[in-house]
Order: sequence, then C-alpha cells, then structure tokens
Amino acid sequence: MKPEDLLYAETHEWVHVGDDDVATIGISAFALEQLTDLVFMELPSVGDMATAGEAFGEVESVKAVSNLYSPVDGEIIDANTEIVDNLESLGDDPYGAGWIIKVKLSSRDALDKLMDHAAYEKQCAEEA
Amino acid sequence: MTTEQLAQTPLHQWHVANGGRMVDFAGWSMPVQYTSIVDEHNATRTAIGMFDVSHMGRFVFTGPDAGAFIDSLTTRRVNNVGVGKIRYSLVCREDGGILDDILVYHLADSEGKEFYGMVVNASNREKIADWINQQLGDQDIGFVDKTLESGMIAVQGPKALEIVGPLCGTDPSTLKYYTGAITTVCGFDGCCVSRTGYTGEDGCEIICDADSAAKIWDEIFRAGQSVGAKAAGLGARDTLRLEAAMPLYGHELGEEINPVQAGLNFAINLKDREFIGRQAIVGFKADESQQVRVGLKLDGRRAAREGCKIQSGGNVIGEITSGTSSPTLQCPISMGYVEPGFSAPGTQVQIDNRGKLADATIVELPFYQRS
Repeated sequence: MKPEDLLYAETHEWVHVGDDDVATIGISAFALEQLTDLVFMELPSVGDMATAGEAFGEVESVKAVSNLYSPVDGEIIDANTEIVDNLESLGDDPYGAGWIIKVKLSSRDALDKLMDHAAYEKQCAEEA
Repeated sequence: MTTEQLAQTPLHQWHVANGGRMVDFAGWSMPVQYTSIVDEHNATRTAIGMFDVSHMGRFVFTGPDAGAFIDSLTTRRVNNVGVGKIRYSLVCREDGGILDDILVYHLADSEGKEFYGMVVNASNREKIADWINQQLGDQDIGFVDKTLESGMIAVQGPKALEIVGPLCGTDPSTLKYYTGAITTVCGFDGCCVSRTGYTGEDGCEIICDADSAAKIWDEIFRAGQSVGAKAAGLGARDTLRLEAAMPLYGHELGEEINPVQAGLNFAINLKDREFIGRQAIVGFKADESQQVRVGLKLDGRRAAREGCKIQSGGNVIGEITSGTSSPTLQCPISMGYVEPGFSAPGTQVQIDNRGKLADATIVELPFYQRS
C-alpha cells in the first residue's frame, strides 16, 4: 500500500479501507521513527470490538508505553501476531507487512474524521 | 514552559545539528536521544558514549573552613579527605529525608590552592543552593554557583580513557576511581578531569569553561570515531544507570526517603562526626520495619514503570520507582521499594502493570556489573 492512498488519525495510525468494508490499520512511518527501540506490542483478540478513538492495543519502547487507538468502529477480524516477535522489522514495511489489525466496519462514520496524506504530512511537519 | 524559556547548555547547537531530540529536563533543553536509545546504550557498554551533563549544578566552596562546612551538611565524611578525592554523598534534612545526592570534590587549582567542588542534580540546584545559603549564615566561606559559566561532559565506556587520555595534561587513566585533578583538556587550562560517571562503565567526566565546552566535545567526539564513539542522550543515561542500579533523585531518592532504606550505607559515616540528619539516621539504622530499595526482574517482555504497585498474595507490599527494558540483559528490569519481609533475593512477587499482573523476582543489585 502506498502512504499517499491511506487515511490517517491524529494519533498516527493509518487506515486502508478495502471494497469489502474491511479496514486494515497500522502505525505510520513517522510514528515509528518517533517511538524507536520497540520492545513489546500487545494486540487485541480476534472477535473483540474496536471503537473509534479508543485504545485497541499498546506499543512499548525502551523509553515509554503508548496506546494504539482505533481510527474506526467494527469487529476485529484479524491481528498480525507475526510482527509481535519481529518489532525491529516493523519500520521496514510499515504500510505492508507491518499492518497491525483488520476491522470489519460496522459504520463508516468515523472515516470522515480522518486525514488524507497531505493533511497528515502537515501535522507531522508541525510535530517534528 | 515553552522551548524558548528553557536553559541551554553550551553544547545545545551541537545537539540540534546532530539530530538530538530535545526535551525539557528540569528546565533545560536536553537531548533525550539522537538515533536510538539502544544503540547509544550499547555504544557506551562496548566503546564510548558521550553525554552532555552541563545541566547538573556545579558549586565551588573556598576558604580554610570550606571542608568542615560541607562536612556538616553531608552524610559522608568529606572534610580532610586527600586532595583529588571525590565522594558520593547525601544532603539530608534534620529528619533524615534526602534533599539531594551529590558528589563532593576536594581539589587544588594549578597554583596549588585547595578548594571544594560540589555537583548536584539539575532538578535540585536551586533548592540546594538555598539550603547551603541558609546553613552558611555569616560564616566566612566562599560559595559560588558556577553552573551557567561552565560545561560538563561525561565520556563513558571501556574505550573512554584511551581516547580522552592523550587529550589531557593529566591522563585520567593514571587517576584512581573517584579521584580527579585540575588540568588541561584539548589545550584548555583549568579543566577538572575526574574518573567518575553514572553508567556503570569506566570513564571520565570533564568540567570546563562554557566557552571551551563545544570545542572539547567536538575534539573528543572526532577522536572517538575510530572506536565507535556515539553521542548519547538522557534516555540511554537512564537505562545505563538503571542496569548499574544507581539511584536517581525523584525516583529512588526523595525527601520522604532516607539513606538507610535506600541502601546507601556506604555513603553514611556516623563515627566521630556531626551532620544534619545524623540523629534521625541513627534511628533508621535500628528500624527494621521500613520499606527498602530492591531490584526486580520481570517475566515476559512488558516493562513495569514508575508507580506500578508491587503485590504479594493480593496485598500491596511496595511500588516501582524506575523501570525499563534492559538493552544489555534483554529483559524488563525495575527498582522499587518493598516491605522488608519481601526484600530477599529470590522472593516471588507480582506487579500490577497497568491493570495486568506480571510475575517478578527480587534480585541482587546491580543488574549489570562491568567485567
């Protein structure tokens, strides 16, 4: 997936919505660069419900713990358990192999609040 | 506090130009990391890590009674120790609560005139300066805060002395551990070079004029490239000191904690001397009911952080004061305080880690000791 084609949350998660209303969610390259030295990631269970704006997991670096926030509403239908043991490679392909969860959308309402790539780049430039 | 109001060290421009991620630390703009905490940590364990520690408070005391005066404020004997000696010590209140942990230097300048130096935590600089002024009264002792007119650089790691040595008038590898001298560094006169640090590695610290700090840093950094020296930020400084089980003020130490429960008996000298807090400390030495500082290793990969409660059989028996994922040991490590009955190495406890219980074991400190 190309970063230009994705939607972004203020909290640095990216979203790709497929034709089947399944949203794939990951963490942006910018956020990974800010986090650095990841040591642990906790994923939700398949079948759990994700709620837009609420934490679905957490990621821990040597320095600190950060929540992962869901940008969408729906049921979690898949979680990428392979990356948990390969956190150091997350940054190699954050928009592909580094996806974190897939959510079957129960509503598309939350998508309206997300940013396109240009708006997200602007936010990153302000934070950097 | 906005960035513009933060104090800047003489090395601020270097940090910004070299990718330092600047944060507010005790009112100073300081680099938390440049590239990766783990890389900077490992460089310090295997080669050299260079730390800007100019934010720490630096005081100078002069006059014939300076040593006796400082001695009256600190838990450890510092008066009449030999010239060149440096002592880790504690400044306590009358009730034994720790106001700061400090280094006291007994040095002689290039003309042989003796004086005492003190390095205090950045976060406690004003508090300790006020405390000193209060105790000083009208005694005829010179007391100057030199923090803003000087810089301080820590060069730490197994290759530190071989790189810094040739750049100094007095080679720090000829100095014993915890001693120092006034000498030239990179051609600048009047620098203090000491074999001290806060990482658990051998190495040295240099105190110099603010004007020469950037040049000295640059010269050591360039010389160190041949052995893999890296600039290291506060993030690596924290993981390094934690592995070495060195307490950090505001975490393992504070005004509600006394030196005995903190396990700092080596820094308490009671015999034939008086100092503020002595009577309280005598009492704490006999009190076996107080919580004590311990080290913990956790199962799993999740690190416990400051504030997590320590439990046994569902009862809270203590609290974590610092924690991280140890880059050297590759497991989560913590320090904290527990009820004395749970402090023996090997004791199994649980840590309430953000709502989930993790198993942990009390272990001997330090977690890491250089070979």
